[in-house]
This record gives sequence, structure tokens and C-alpha cells, in this order.
Amino acid sequence: MDLFTLTAAQLIRLIASGKASVKEIADAVRSRLKETNGKTNAFIRSYADELVRSGPCPIPIGIKDNICVEGREVTCASRILKGFHSPYDAGVIEKVRFSGGILLGGLNMDEFAFGSSSESSSYGIIRNPWDLKRVPGGSSGGSAAAVASGAAVWALGSDTGGSIRQPASFCGVVGLKPTYGRVSRYGLIAFGSSLDQIGPLTKDVTDCATLLKIIAGYDERDSTSVAVGVPDFTKALQRDVKGLKIGIPKEYFIEGIQPEVLTAVQAAVDFFKKEGAIIQEISLPHTEYAVATYYIVATAEASSNLARFDGVEYGLRSLPDKARKSGIVDMYEETRAKGFGKEAKRRIMLGTYVLSAGYYDAYYLRAQKARTLIKEDLDQAFLDCDIILSPTAPTTAFMIGEKVNDPLSMYLSDIFTIPANLAGIPALSIPCGFDANRLPIGLQLMAAPFAEEKLLATAFAYEQAHSWHLERAVI
Amino acid sequence: MISQETVAYIASLSRLHIDDKENAGYVKDLQDILHYVEKLNMLDVSQVAPTSHVLKVENVFRDDVIRPSLDQGVAMSFAIESHAGHYKVPKVIE
Repeated sequence: MDLFTLTAAQLIRLIASGKASVKEIADAVRSRLKETNGKTNAFIRSYADELVRSGPCPIPIGIKDNICVEGREVTCASRILKGFHSPYDAGVIEKVRFSGGILLGGLNMDEFAFGSSSESSSYGIIRNPWDLKRVPGGSSGGSAAAVASGAAVWALGSDTGGSIRQPASFCGVVGLKPTYGRVSRYGLIAFGSSLDQIGPLTKDVTDCATLLKIIAGYDERDSTSVAVGVPDFTKALQRDVKGLKIGIPKEYFIEGIQPEVLTAVQAAVDFFKKEGAIIQEISLPHTEYAVATYYIVATAEASSNLARFDGVEYGLRSLPDKARKSGIVDMYEETRAKGFGKEAKRRIMLGTYVLSAGYYDAYYLRAQKARTLIKEDLDQAFLDCDIILSPTAPTTAFMIGEKVNDPLSMYLSDIFTIPANLAGIPALSIPCGFDANRLPIGLQLMAAPFAEEKLLATAFAYEQAHSWHLERAVI
Repeated sequence: MISQETVAYIASLSRLHIDDKENAGYVKDLQDILHYVEKLNMLDVSQVAPTSHVLKVENVFRDDVIRPSLDQGVAMSFAIESHAGHYKVPKVIE
């Protein structure tokens, strides 16, 4: 039995019964990381000197490279932050350390989390452990690929428009975006501040509940953090879904979805029905506006957040060559031109445009109003159902390079995940099958704000009756 | 329609130096994306309030007391250039 294939819950049992030590587990996972990283490129850097500590959950964990770890380089996979070492721990890192977690290293990602394929990292593309010719999804592609390949037992990612759930779907792992405000964003390098949320990527639902319990909770250093209690999410896991009302949004079953994805999701619906859940078709009429709304709101916030990278306080500074002037503005422009990659620049430009004088009302304000309509659709739906079920993504993992020159088609791969961010609700992806190429398919479940217990219980009921989560990528 | 002049203007607002070839690429990219988001014009939002924050959280205050924060020396240690506790930058005024 290889220790790196096990879940955190299994490993904790081995430790408790004296069958494996924390150090043995850390060594096994670190050597798996070394063995696989040349193929997946999931980690940007690993921490060989991280101490094995004591605590209730001494599990090796991978950290997306937009979450600050004291004394470690943190780059958002961007040239502009190369060499920056964080002077403090993010709120979630303090909590992980407190639980005894062993930090494995910084995980590769789309630069500044801008992407759905992990092809925009300045540290090179990430490859999907199920098929190295394919993308792992994005932007938390490193987090998903690391968990799927056993290079981390579990990992933290961040989700602004699907960046945890879509790679979880593509890599056959469980990924949860918690309710906005459930998990502290202190120390998360901001992309879209009204949308961003840190969450777990794990091998199964039990681990997802455990890691959420570790990282959740109020933090006064994040003014959007919400002072609600943290339940023991693992206690909520039970198999009974009798009477559970599950809504199936007709707008999510559109043309262009890969037929095998539809079949797998339909089989999940049939399962819940057989188990006594009440299945009802619902309508979320503003769904088709979600991607357009998102790409205005998210890029506007990103252009503002990324203004701080200017070659003064930290990171890269680049000066123009002698032919051009060399005042401070020239330094800003040259630093940002050299430091940001193509997609980051595209989003900064778009965000700046929609916020610029004369266009603010037409684009940004209108998008904020459309956001209200999308949120109201979901609020309304949750008056009459407990869970909304859909595919996580319209397809399984696509080929490397397939969408890289077509930003719009790339953006549309987030069509089912974006509404949860716009509305701030919790949503997760669990494996629900494989396509003919043996690529994982993801099932998305959404719930009302702070209903993570119901969400996890529903996912657990599905998982216990299926074995998709037990399949491991051969790499 | 997005023109090369608009792209140059947006690039300068964004503090990004771009060359002519990049400019042409942004003309196309921005045009495509803005064309796509124009579908929002089909919505009647005249009676809709904007959402900037999804939760009903307002006026998050904290007590006005000094608490420990990052030491100035530590914060300045990341500066690309500094002098006597100040950030050093290229000429600001012509």
C-alpha cells in the first residue's frame, strides 16, 4: 500500500493506530512529489525544510501560490512577484499550521488566477495527471493535479469564477468553493475581491469537510469575513437524502455539452431520485448573462487590485531603454509590461476600459445590476429547493493549446461555475464518472449561503454509493 | 468599435507599455469580448439595484487602537530601491 494514495482520514487513522508515523507519511508524499512533478509541473517550489509538527491533523498539504506563507516566496505564478517573500502567514495558513499541517510547497496556477487551463503561468504549463497531453483546468490547476497524482494529500486553492471546481472536475477530485465570507481572505493575493474565496481540494468528501473545518472561521483582518460559527462539517456527513429537494436548472443543460457529461450527470439525478430525493426542474432565467457579467465585474476588480504591482514596494522593477524617457510613469509602464503575462494584461486592459470615464455606467454599473438579477434567481430557487445540481463544466479536460488563442471560448468553460461566485453561495464539484478517454467528469452541487453542511452531506451520500473517487490517475 | 487610439489610451491608463503589434492584438481581443458582453444590453435593469457585495454586511468598523504591525525595516526590505527609510523611485516631476 502506497501512503500517497490514501486520504487524510485514512492517514490519521494509521497514525492513531501506530501503523505509520507522521514523518513516514511526509516522506512518502514528498518523494511522490519529486517523482511526479517533472511530468505535471504542479508545484512551483517545495519546502524540504518544513518541520513536521504535532496537531490533530498532521497532513502534508499543497498551497496555491497566491496564498502568503511567512518567509516563503509567493509569486501568483507571475514574473512581477518573482523573488517576493511574504513577511506573514495568511489566515488560512495560521489555521493549517495550528492543526499540525505540513506545508509541502507552492502550487503552480494560472498567473494571478487568470485562466481556466493553467496555461498562463510564467512557470510553465501544468499537465493533467489523467492525460499529460491535456490541461488540468484552472486556475487552481496545480492544486488539482497535485491531489490527483498523490503529490499532496490535499491542497488549498482559490475560486473566483470556478477556479477550484473546474480543475477538480478535470482532475477527478473533490473541490469546494465555500460561501463568500466563510473563509478568511487575509493573505490571499486579491484578484476579484467581491468573488474570491479560498477552499479545499481533496480526494473525497470526508477530507473536504475536514479541511473546510480547519480553514473556516471569522477573521477580523478580512473585513468581508462573516462572524458565523464553524460547525463540525464532518458530523454533517450522512447518507440519507430522503425528502431532499434537488433543483435541476434547465438553463444549465444547453447545446454544446459533451454527451458523456450529460449522461453521467443524468445518472446522478437518477441516483438521488431512487434514494428518495425530490427532483424538480427549476429555471434560473438570467444564467446566459452570467459569463458576460463576470468578465466585467472580475476584470474591473482585477485591474484595480493589480495596480499595486508598480515596481516600487516589492517584486520586479524594469526601466525603459535609453531611447525612451525615464520618469516614474515610464518605469511603471515598463515594469508592468515586462512583469505581467499576456492574459493578465488582457484582463487589466478590459477592466480598465469598463471602469474608464464614459463607459462605467454602460459596462460596470450595468454588470453590477445584472449580478443582482443572477443572485435573485438563485435566492428565489433556494426558497423551494435545498440543492441545485448541474455539470461542473460543459466538457472534460481539453487538450493543451486548444483554447489558448481564443479567450472567449476559454471564458465559456466557466459557464456553470460563475453564478455561484456572483451570488456568493457555496458550491462543490465531485467526480461522477469518466468519458471514453478515461477523463474524469465532475458533478456540481450548489446550496444557499452558509449551507455547506447540507452541500457536503448530499455529496457524501452520492460518493458512498459510487466508487469514482477511489480511482487514481496512473502516472 | 475599438480603435488603436482607444487601446493606446487604455494602455496608458493601465500603466502598460505596449508596442504596435500588441496594440493590434488588443483591438481584436477587446472588440470580441466587448461584443460578447453587449448581450447585457438586452436586459432591462432600469429598476434593478447594483450588487457590489453579496452579503448584507455594512459598516465593518474596528476599534481605533494601535496594534502591532509589520516593522518598518521588514516592510522596506522588499523595496526595489530605498534610501533612509523611504522608497526611491525615478524622477516624478519633469
